[in-house]
Amino acid sequence: MNGMNITSAQYMAHPITNENDGIEATIDGQAYYIPLAVGNTHYDEIMRQVEAGDLTIADAD
Amino acid sequence: MSRARDFANLAGSADAGGLTGKNILINGGQTVAQRGTSTSMAHDGTTDAFGVDRFRISMGGTHEQLDGTFAQVTDHPLSVSGKSSKWTTGTAESSYDSDEYFYFAQLIEAQNVQHLQYGGSNAQSVTLSFYVKSSVTGTFACNLYKPDNTLRIINKTYAISSANTWEKKTITFPADTGGGGINNDNGQGLYAVWHLAAGSGSVGGGSNGAWKTYGGLTDWADGQATNAVATTAGATWQVTDCQLEVGEQATPFEHRSFADEMIRCQRYYQEIASGSTYFAGNGLGTSNIIVGIPLATSMRATPSIKQNGYTFHRSGNVNSAGANPSVSNFAYDIGRNAVGVRISGWASNNTDEVAYNVTPATEVLTFEAEL
Repeated sequence: MNGMNITSAQYMAHPITNENDGIEATIDGQAYYIPLAVGNTHYDEIMRQVEAGDLTIADAD
Repeated sequence: MSRARDFANLAGSADAGGLTGKNILINGGQTVAQRGTSTSMAHDGTTDAFGVDRFRISMGGTHEQLDGTFAQVTDHPLSVSGKSSKWTTGTAESSYDSDEYFYFAQLIEAQNVQHLQYGGSNAQSVTLSFYVKSSVTGTFACNLYKPDNTLRIINKTYAISSANTWEKKTITFPADTGGGGINNDNGQGLYAVWHLAAGSGSVGGGSNGAWKTYGGLTDWADGQATNAVATTAGATWQVTDCQLEVGEQATPFEHRSFADEMIRCQRYYQEIASGSTYFAGNGLGTSNIIVGIPLATSMRATPSIKQNGYTFHRSGNVNSAGANPSVSNFAYDIGRNAVGVRISGWASNNTDEVAYNVTPATEVLTFEAEL
């Protein structure tokens, strides 16, 4: 029942390991850094929308 | 002192709300408001937001006109200085469509409601009590909603009989012995919901009065009989002293200290205010620094961080080029007890060089692990 309007999402890579370690996302018009952690409400909703085909996470720069 | 006197004193303390730990809700007195004391909501803007900590207000469906303000105000039925949360409609919804619903709620962490023993024969009844005041009279619904395992819901109604007058309401919800119970984890356990409006598509599902398996939106606000809060410009609805406790009796509201409520709220949201706040850091390679920030309390889950206009300084401002990096220069090593803010784009760092600072400038640094 929670509304969450996610308009963009992009992986962030660790500068040393170059592994993805977060997602920069715009949620309800606000920029967030989202950890790759199940249980984080933002991350769970992003992955739900990805699975539903409603959102694509861009690769890290 | 005799044992009889001890028990009499204990009973007196209970009657006065002196026993602690009974209120399942956090911040029921609407006292903690870390995000600020007023939130503007609009059909074409923010439709889901927190007001005071732990309580959110949401517009569901597609409202076409509705906007208003959700604020913490100094207005309380018992205390001249007490707080309440108040919704005030600005532009009213011209007609309340079937897909629309509007509610105020607290989402309760699953491991905090294990003592309700839902899903089995030992399940407990709970009683919700609160003071409410509205410019609108009529019948409103409240629900408990269980998202774990089989989705379950129950609505019950209360009546506001006098406009603009504080009234105390008590609603007992029977035990839910079905539905597979509530997982013992840090996810969503139970919603406590106060409905402000509900279109025809949010009622009629049969959840009013008894637990049932959630069958869709028609169960969400079953029993809600007025939408006038949303369809009347200037309408108000406000609430305080919200308490959910085990049993079939409402006991006096449990007053907890502000510090106690704050630390409970910070499990879900905390922030570092703007101003000169300094934390030690460390070089990470030649172009990154990482600044460690301890959190006030262990958070429910690894938090999200809102990207605001932070300013970072290297010790002695040696590297002015990195003094105010853009948002894209930030990354985080996030834990539930501490956060490392990693800032790239610096030059000529020495690995393990220490004493960098972080100063949230005009914005706050926020950590969010809401349900």
